[in-house]
Amino acid sequence: MDDRLITALIVVIGVPSVLFGYIALTERLLMLAPDHWRVRLRPWVWLAPAVGFLTVFLVYPTIYTLYLSFLDKFSKEFVGIDNYVYFLTTSDTLIALRNNVIWLVLLTFLAVGGGLLVAILVDRVRYESVAKSLIFVPLAISFVGAGVIWKFMFDFRPPGQAQTGTLNGILGAVGVDPVPWLINAPGNTVALIIVAVWIWTGFCMVILSGALKGISTELLEAARVDGANELQVFRGITLPLLLPTIAVVATTMVITSLKAFDVVYVMTNGAFDTEVVANRLYKELFAFGQPGRASAVAIVLLLMIIPVMAINIRRFREQEAIR
Amino acid sequence: MEISFIKRSGLVAGLVAAAVVVAACSSGGATTAPSTGGESAAPTSAGESAAPTEGGQLGGTVTVIGTWGGSEQESFLAMVAPFEAATGIDVQYTGTRDITLVLSTGVASGILPDVAGLPNPGSMVEWANAGALRPLDDVLDVATYTAETAPALVELGTVDGKITGVFIKAAVKGLIWYNPAVYTGGEPATWDALQATAAAPAGNLWCIGLESGAASGWPGTDWIEDFVLRQSGPDVYDAWVAGTQKWTSPEIKAAFEAFGGAIANSYGGSDAVLTTNFGDGGNQLFADPPGCLFHHQASFITDFFKNQGGAQEGQYEFFRMPDINSAYAGATTGAGDLFGMFNDTPQARALMAYLVTADAQKIWVERGGALSANKNVSEYPDDIAKRSAELLANAGVFRFDASDLMPVAMNESFWKAMLDYVKTPGDLDSILSNLDTVQTSAYGG
Repeated sequence: MDDRLITALIVVIGVPSVLFGYIALTERLLMLAPDHWRVRLRPWVWLAPAVGFLTVFLVYPTIYTLYLSFLDKFSKEFVGIDNYVYFLTTSDTLIALRNNVIWLVLLTFLAVGGGLLVAILVDRVRYESVAKSLIFVPLAISFVGAGVIWKFMFDFRPPGQAQTGTLNGILGAVGVDPVPWLINAPGNTVALIIVAVWIWTGFCMVILSGALKGISTELLEAARVDGANELQVFRGITLPLLLPTIAVVATTMVITSLKAFDVVYVMTNGAFDTEVVANRLYKELFAFGQPGRASAVAIVLLLMIIPVMAINIRRFREQEAIR
Repeated sequence: MEISFIKRSGLVAGLVAAAVVVAACSSGGATTAPSTGGESAAPTSAGESAAPTEGGQLGGTVTVIGTWGGSEQESFLAMVAPFEAATGIDVQYTGTRDITLVLSTGVASGILPDVAGLPNPGSMVEWANAGALRPLDDVLDVATYTAETAPALVELGTVDGKITGVFIKAAVKGLIWYNPAVYTGGEPATWDALQATAAAPAGNLWCIGLESGAASGWPGTDWIEDFVLRQSGPDVYDAWVAGTQKWTSPEIKAAFEAFGGAIANSYGGSDAVLTTNFGDGGNQLFADPPGCLFHHQASFITDFFKNQGGAQEGQYEFFRMPDINSAYAGATTGAGDLFGMFNDTPQARALMAYLVTADAQKIWVERGGALSANKNVSEYPDDIAKRSAELLANAGVFRFDASDLMPVAMNESFWKAMLDYVKTPGDLDSILSNLDTVQTSAYGG
C-alpha cells in the first residue's frame, strides 16, 4: 500500500542480511585460500565495506566538489580558477574570510579558556554538579534557538522608547543610551561570537573537567608537601597533564569556528560585515545558484581545516607511540 | 586457534554489521524517503484519475506547496474547501518558508508537487524553460481568464506566448499610510510637496523599518522601485529589471538619493531604520506623541497595524505615493502570488481552473489581507481594501515588484545594498558599483 513501508522493510531486513551474507560468503571463500594468503587478505575483506562507504559518501563527493569548483554556474564549461579568483577578489567573501579568522581566535580562546577556568574553579566547591549543569545547558539548545534567544538579548529600540532587549534594558537602568549591538561592525561580529561562546563553553568545561578528575591526587599532594603553592602546582603539574585534552578541545573549537553558520544566518544573515565563509557557501549554492563558486568556497574551507586535522592526527600518533 | 579466531570475529562482525546498518539507514533514509514520497504522489493522482468516482466526482488528490502559514494558510484552505466539496478531490497543502529551495531542487530531481505557489516571475520563466512547469493554455478558459484579469498580470504569467503562471491574489505597493488624527493635510500633489510637509506634531516625517530576518532590506527595495518608476518611467524600470540598466546610472542613483532624503528625516535615524522589523515599521504613527507622520508600505500592512501596532480601524488611511515626473503620472507598483502546475493530472487541472475564478478569489478577499487578480471580485471587506483594489485595476502604468523579477543573486544583493546604504550613505558609489558587478554575473546565461 505504501512504497515507504516497503523501503523501510528493505532497509531494516535487507541491509543486515546483505552484510551478514557478505561476511559469511567472504569467510567461506577465505577458507579456500592458503593459510598465509588468508591472514593477509582477511583485514582487507573486513575493511572493504567501510572503505566502500567512505569512498562513496566522503572521498567521491570531495573529489567531485573539487571538479565542480573549476566549472561554470551550469557545471558544464571549464572556467579554470575563475571561481577562486572571484572568492579572493570580492569584498563580501574577503570579509567572510577575515571574520572566520576573528571567529577562530576569539571563539577558541574564550570557549576553551572559559571552560578551563570554570572546570578548575568548580572542582572543589560543594555545588560543583549544579554549577556545571548550568553552564552545560546551553549546549542542549539548538543553534537556531540560541540565535533567536540572543536576538532578543541584543534587541535595540531608539532612545526614549522602552528597551525590550536585555542588554539595552540594563544599559537604560544605569542611564546609558542603548547600543545597536548587531549593526555596528566590528562589534557585531564579537556579539555573534559571544553567542557561540555561550553555547560551547559548557562543552569545553565538561571535557576538561573530566581530564582534571583523571589527574592523580598523589601527584598534587606530593607537590604541595614539597612546598609548591597553588599557582605553581597548576603551572607545573595540572596544566602539562591537561595539555593533550586542551589540544583536542581547542581543535574541536577551531573546526567549529571555521564551520560557523547557524548563529550568523539566524541573527544577521551576514549583513553589516558579519558574513562568514559557511554562510557564503550556503548563499552561493542555494540562493544564487552558483555551484561552481560554492564548491570553490567549500574547497577553501576544506584547505583551512586540513592543517588543523594534520596537527591533530600527528598528536594522536605521538600519543599512540608513547602507549 | 583458527576456530576461536573465527568465533571472536563473528562477534565483531555483528557489531560492524550493526554499525554499517545504522549508517546505511541514516543515509538511505535521507535519500530514499522523499523520492518514494514524490513518486507515490504522482502515480496515485494519475492512477486514481482514470476512474471517476460515483456521482460524477473526480476524486483523488492534488498536492500543493505554498509559502503561506498561519492565517494566510487558513485563508487558502477556506478558498479550496468548496472545490474539495464539489469535486471530491483532496487538496493536500504543505507550507514552507524555503519555497525557492524546495522547488529548485525539485526541478533538478523531478520530485515536485502537482501545483505550487511560485516565489516570483523570474523563477517561473526559469522552470518553464526547463520544461518543469506546464503551460495552462488548454487548462484554463483562456478567453475568460484574459478578460477577467488585469492585463499586466496576465502578461507577467506568460512565457513564450503561453500562460504558465496565474495570480491568485495581489497586493498594491507604494502606498503612503498616515494617521488621520495626526495628519490632516490631504493628498499632496507631488513628491516634493510631500517631502516639504512640516513634521509637527510628530518628531519626524517618516517611519521606516527594514529588518526582516534573512530577507532584511526588502522594504527599502520597494522604495527604490517606486522612485525609479515615478522619476524615470517604465522603460528605465524594465531595462533595470532586465539587467541592461546599470546600477551606477544617474537614474538609479537618483532613486537611492531620494530614498536617502526620506531616511534623513526618519524616526530614530539609521539605527532605528535598520533594527525595526517591517511589521512594526508603522507603529510610531499611533504613538503618543507620534514619532512620524508617514509610513511607506504595501496594502498588506493593515494587518500589522491592527495586530502589532495597536491601531483601531479608522486610525489609518492611505494615499498613493505622489507622482514625481508628470510624464509618468499614475504609475503604480504591485506584487502578487503566482501559481503554476508541475504535474499534468486531471486533479491539478481542475484546481488551476478553479483558482482563477472570481468565486474562488472572493473567498480570500472577504477574509481580508488580499486583493484579487480577478476584476469581477468586489467583495472587499472595507473601504481601504476597496480603494487599493481600484488603484490596482486603474493604474496608468502598472509594474511588478522589480526585485522579485530579478535573479535571486541580484535580489539578495539589492536587499543587502539597502542595509549598507542606510548604514553609510556616503558609500553610495561603491555600493552601486558593487551591484553592477553582481549584475554582470547574475544575469549571465
